[in-house]
Amino acid sequence: MLSALLVMAAIATVLGAVLGFAAIKFHSEGNPLADKIDAVLPQTQCGQCSYPGCKPYAAAIAAGEADINRCPPGGEEGIQKLADLLGVEFKPFGSDTAAPKPKSVALVDESMCIGCTLCIQACPVDAIVGAAKQMHTIIAAECTGCELCVAPCPVDCISMPVIGEKISNWKWKYPLYAFTAAEAAEATR
Amino acid sequence: MRKLHHFHGGVHPPSNKAQSTRTAIAHAPLPPRLVVPLHQHAGEAAKPIVQAGDRVLKGQLLGMPDGFVSSAVHAPTSGTISAIDMQLVAHPSGLPNLCATLIPDGREEWIAREPVDYREHSSADLQHLLRMAGVVGLGGAGFPSDIKLRIGKQKITTLILNGAECEPYISCDDMLMRERAGEIVQGAEILRYMLDADEVLIGVEDNKPEAIAALQQAISASGSTLQQNKRHEVVTIPTIYPGGGAKQLIRVITGLEVPSGKLPTDIGVQCFNVATACTVYRALAHGEPLLSRVITITGNVRRAQNFEALIGTPITELVALAGMLPDTSGYIMGGPMMGFPLPALDVPMVKATNCIIVASEKLFPPSPPPMPCIRCTRCVDACPADLQPQDLYWFAQSREFGRAQKFSLFDCIECGACSYVCPSHIPLVQYFRFAKSEIRAREHDKQLADQARVRHEFHEQRIEREKREKAEKLAIREKAAQSAKLAGIQSLTPQQQAAQTELEAGRAHIIELAKSEVEHVKE
Repeated sequence: MLSALLVMAAIATVLGAVLGFAAIKFHSEGNPLADKIDAVLPQTQCGQCSYPGCKPYAAAIAAGEADINRCPPGGEEGIQKLADLLGVEFKPFGSDTAAPKPKSVALVDESMCIGCTLCIQACPVDAIVGAAKQMHTIIAAECTGCELCVAPCPVDCISMPVIGEKISNWKWKYPLYAFTAAEAAEATR
Repeated sequence: MRKLHHFHGGVHPPSNKAQSTRTAIAHAPLPPRLVVPLHQHAGEAAKPIVQAGDRVLKGQLLGMPDGFVSSAVHAPTSGTISAIDMQLVAHPSGLPNLCATLIPDGREEWIAREPVDYREHSSADLQHLLRMAGVVGLGGAGFPSDIKLRIGKQKITTLILNGAECEPYISCDDMLMRERAGEIVQGAEILRYMLDADEVLIGVEDNKPEAIAALQQAISASGSTLQQNKRHEVVTIPTIYPGGGAKQLIRVITGLEVPSGKLPTDIGVQCFNVATACTVYRALAHGEPLLSRVITITGNVRRAQNFEALIGTPITELVALAGMLPDTSGYIMGGPMMGFPLPALDVPMVKATNCIIVASEKLFPPSPPPMPCIRCTRCVDACPADLQPQDLYWFAQSREFGRAQKFSLFDCIECGACSYVCPSHIPLVQYFRFAKSEIRAREHDKQLADQARVRHEFHEQRIEREKREKAEKLAIREKAAQSAKLAGIQSLTPQQQAAQTELEAGRAHIIELAKSEVEHVKE
């Protein structure tokens, strides 16, 4: 009886030590799940999910505090990706989330800009160049289209034109077959 | 006789080349208006360096190469630039792109041409000259030739000149080989010199005996001067579509297979189109940039023919020269297998325009409606890239792009052999093009997102650092004020001391305010 207890206690001690050692040795910094979620998010840093950036939102999803349908720039495809990653059901956008919009890029009307630097402070990716009392301009290639610079502008000189379809970003479309009237009649008969 | 090899699959569509090879290459007359797109090649568009109203000479630079993969664009004749704006171009999207419109003055005044002897220059110098001469691949893809000549440490053993011209209807390379074999061979020697290749093999399909004879004669004629006959050889290959695909041609001639995701240079082979070789020769030996090319106008026309036409010539002009028949239903740029319908007829021809097929319902009856895939695997038998088109189709139509990529979607050369044999008339290549461009767009978005993440992280770090530095500065100043106060306080009268305390209180309040301001900005 006593020897059995001692053996069990010894095993528990040894395993405990191994686990304790492993916890220190294989400790990973940060939250790996949050990082995986962050990799799926579009990195617009727009805050439309009500979190102050993509990473905080990823952390909130990882902690189970936020839903996966709060990211409009990611679109429904983004929700699908999150659902696949987390092994949960797809969930359409809620009524409290903004609807997804076509991708746009900020544009400063340079004749109106007064050089107040407020938009520079608001930009989450430092994509605006300028200095106090100097004209500002957007580095279009770095702009994520988050719209955070639009509200602070005291002279409303920032607009968000949609990028639209150009030859450089044109994509082949899903093949669709145009039925002729006769074929359609044949098919419905 | 060289031992030839085989590639997997392939089809035998009716060649329809005889119509356009009956007469010699004709020079198209100068059109009243030339529209020169600034993006005629793979890679970045050229940057315009002329303005509307400028008078330009024939061969003058209109667009400067902009970026690593880019090429120059020149004025095809002398005249006045009337506009630089967005115009409809020959692109499957039917979207406009930046073009320079040139009104010719008919004087054909050249810029100063500077011929160079290639043997006196290094390969790097010649690459730069070709880039500035706007030399790009004329086989159809328009890839800048200087990039293909920029090889690293790899040893190129074989230079292959592609004269296979496997697509039905097209005969521009055939006619060029018949009439300008000498220039092609000279160009091939320049390319061989630049790549330091051991041999030059010119692959021509056996349905072009006149071209083969002309090339052989040109090689033996130049052999005595350049000792080329040891190095140059015309290889007659069997006619099978797509035997003119670079990877397929390499396979047939050398027996080597270009591995998936690798370039021909990785196995010591480089491939150029015969027309590109001809242009290389003209660019260096005559100092003439790429201003014109041979183009086949065929199909539903009275006189199917090849024309030497200036880049930027509206296709309407060329089709009118060939005599378009009334029951025309559309226009295809390129061949019937890989070409695309033109969005409009007044688009200009570009460097990559090898053929215009005037289509009619009789020549190209509309495809019957696609039926479900019955997994007969005829497409597998036809695929020259050893792919499984029926699986790729399944993944593409269900948008499972990751799995399509695992099944080597990007090894597809979009030759159309699978669609050609499909008994269900499924437009397989369209599905593959759709999947490829979706995958490319996603990769592009991912790259942008990663870039934004890095920039956002740096932004946060910077804000944090600024906050810290401000706090440190404030602390140092406060400390200095404290010690100054202690030093000065003994020597003051009581009234002065009281005034000092009041001042201090005010200052502390301001500092407090400033601190809260800092917090506010951070938020």
